[in-house]
Amino acid sequence: MIKHFISLEWKAFTRSASFKVNLILKILMAFGALAILLYMLLIGVGAYYIIDEYLKKEPLVFVNQILIFYFLADLSLRYFLQKMPILNIKSFLYLPLKKDKIVGFGINKTIISFFNIVHAFFFIPFSIVMLLNGHDALNVSGWVVAMLALVYCNNFINIFVNNKDVVFYALVAVIVGFAALTYYNIFDITAFTGPIFQAFYDRPYLAILAVGLMVLLYKMAFNYFRKNFYLDAGLAQKVAVGETDNMAYLDRFGSVSTFLKNDIKLIKRNKRSKTTVLMSVLFIFYGLLFFSGAVKAYDGPFWRVFAGIFVSGGFLFSFGQFVPSWDSAYYPLMMSQNIRYKQYLESKWYLMVIATIITTIIASFYLYLGWQAYAAVVVGAIYNIGVNSHIVLWGGAYIKTPIDLSSNKKAFGDKKAFNVKTLLLTIPKIILPVAIYAIGHFASGEVLGFILVAVSGLIGLLFKNKVFGIVERIYKAEKYKTLAAYQQKN
Amino acid sequence: MISTYKLSKTYKENTVLNIDALEIPKGQSFGLVGNNGAGKTTYFSLLLDLIQPSTGSIKSNNIQVNESEDWKPFTAAFIDETFLIGYLTPEEYFYFIGELRGQNKSDVDALLAQFSDFFHGEILNQKKYLRDLSKGNQKKVGIVAALIGNPEVIILDEPFANLDPTTQIRLKQIIKDLAQKQGVTVLVSSHDLTHVTEVCERIVVLEKGQIVKDLETNPETLKELEAHFANATVLTEV
Repeated sequence: MIKHFISLEWKAFTRSASFKVNLILKILMAFGALAILLYMLLIGVGAYYIIDEYLKKEPLVFVNQILIFYFLADLSLRYFLQKMPILNIKSFLYLPLKKDKIVGFGINKTIISFFNIVHAFFFIPFSIVMLLNGHDALNVSGWVVAMLALVYCNNFINIFVNNKDVVFYALVAVIVGFAALTYYNIFDITAFTGPIFQAFYDRPYLAILAVGLMVLLYKMAFNYFRKNFYLDAGLAQKVAVGETDNMAYLDRFGSVSTFLKNDIKLIKRNKRSKTTVLMSVLFIFYGLLFFSGAVKAYDGPFWRVFAGIFVSGGFLFSFGQFVPSWDSAYYPLMMSQNIRYKQYLESKWYLMVIATIITTIIASFYLYLGWQAYAAVVVGAIYNIGVNSHIVLWGGAYIKTPIDLSSNKKAFGDKKAFNVKTLLLTIPKIILPVAIYAIGHFASGEVLGFILVAVSGLIGLLFKNKVFGIVERIYKAEKYKTLAAYQQKN
Repeated sequence: MISTYKLSKTYKENTVLNIDALEIPKGQSFGLVGNNGAGKTTYFSLLLDLIQPSTGSIKSNNIQVNESEDWKPFTAAFIDETFLIGYLTPEEYFYFIGELRGQNKSDVDALLAQFSDFFHGEILNQKKYLRDLSKGNQKKVGIVAALIGNPEVIILDEPFANLDPTTQIRLKQIIKDLAQKQGVTVLVSSHDLTHVTEVCERIVVLEKGQIVKDLETNPETLKELEAHFANATVLTEV
């Protein structure tokens, strides 16, 4: 029976429509995973000596102290990234299989997940180093068994927590709260939890408790799913409450408002687009690497403009590059309706401009890092609005990847998004403003550099209609290809 | 209203549609029947300029559909769920289509009011997005949206499939009214011979992309069609 499940899993993996297309991406991911394992291994080996050497602390005691944060962080990472295998199991429900077997297979599959194995790459080498440094073998093995059992506890806890946002946010709040309290010396949670982890070393037989907890959580996860193994319970799709929203306040945008309303609903109501917004928020902080001097390689003055472009343009780049793919699910509708491309494009353009302005206002905290930092963000925003918004829409017209709004798959990269045409378009997007700034910087100073970038952004605005005309022609010329490409679901 | 001339669609060497000539006059309710793969949806997609013809052309109201887009203002269609925007509520979707077709909110509301029995209380004010509605209810939304803005040509692919009997009967009445009272040209495809013979004045049978029958509906049509398809299955089995 297990043999059947495994062969089905393998077929699902190799026969998915995206398999060949994404093979390169998969290989890259495999390399990434290997790199992470390697890092963990290095940390596992090196941590003992580093703590001993530089922090002058007893390594095991120190590790035990921070382990609480380690496990909590692991839990929240799992929530974000670890996929629950149980969800695609619907088609087995009516087949003559024991439900216990299906549920068991689903949960057992999580055991060999990368998210569990990666921890072994830290704990096991760390334990070996401890042995080499004269720690008692029995104590060390008690500790390492307990730690690995706790890793699996997290694995099974995640099965319950999965898809319960409340629990997740509570968890994050707890982590941040404890970290802050510890940092400001108000209340040190590690003083309580450290000894607990230490106990597994001091009394190795206590590892039984951790293993027992793991088994208990496994049983609970199993029962939880066994009990909810019905289409209208655990396997049900979450149905969001739909609110009709006429967004009358957007009517002031005139004829564009029709599409603008839809675009805002698109962003608000779909998982994939929400991730895009989240990513653009992260971009706001990207500039800290440059302006705080944290990374030495980024210290040159030209990097400022580079950073400014990204800080203000996170949304513009991550959303704009997939216009019109955002509308791929209902592209046949759009193509048979009476749509004026210019309005359609203009609505996306307004959206990017509004987002850029909001981002720039939020980014005003860069003023703390000197006026140059914020000036770079502001001129970056002007350049983004004037020039990059057009280029991004232009480049998007060549990308024909259907977007599945309901899933986060591929949100972090897609092979098709990097073709030669879009690659060439990064030159005017990023390199050109840096070059323009350099000219001004060398001719007179940073003020002239900033002014030149801002002026070129303003000039770019003049070409808006021209570019929209070009994009419209591309849309028309590529219409059938685009329609056919969007039909191919992954 | 719609003239098809030497139209064909070929994928590699496989010709999926080949219509030498087909004339659909204004105000006709036109039914397209055929087995799976007969070319019904291909014909409708060509008519909506969603795919390119390999040869020939379709003119709608003397506008060649793959040359000009001027057919769009008077044409409405519901082919499949790719004509629905999943993250909108039905109301938002209707208003969006209404705005595209130059109708304001009260125009759309007035139209929707006529369909309250068709919706059976399961569409409006349900606090659900289109993607969470059942297949049948999604279809109802798509069909009614195709009626917004007084189109002159309405194209419905398999409109009866997935609908409950009450709605099927109501839909038949709606389609008849559109053609007879309002002079709308309605194109419908279906597998269900009973439904099309009840609704359509004219029925064309497609087989492997070719027109094999072109009938004006009369009391004998259903029997004739049934005989035709019964024989067709026998033939393929032999």
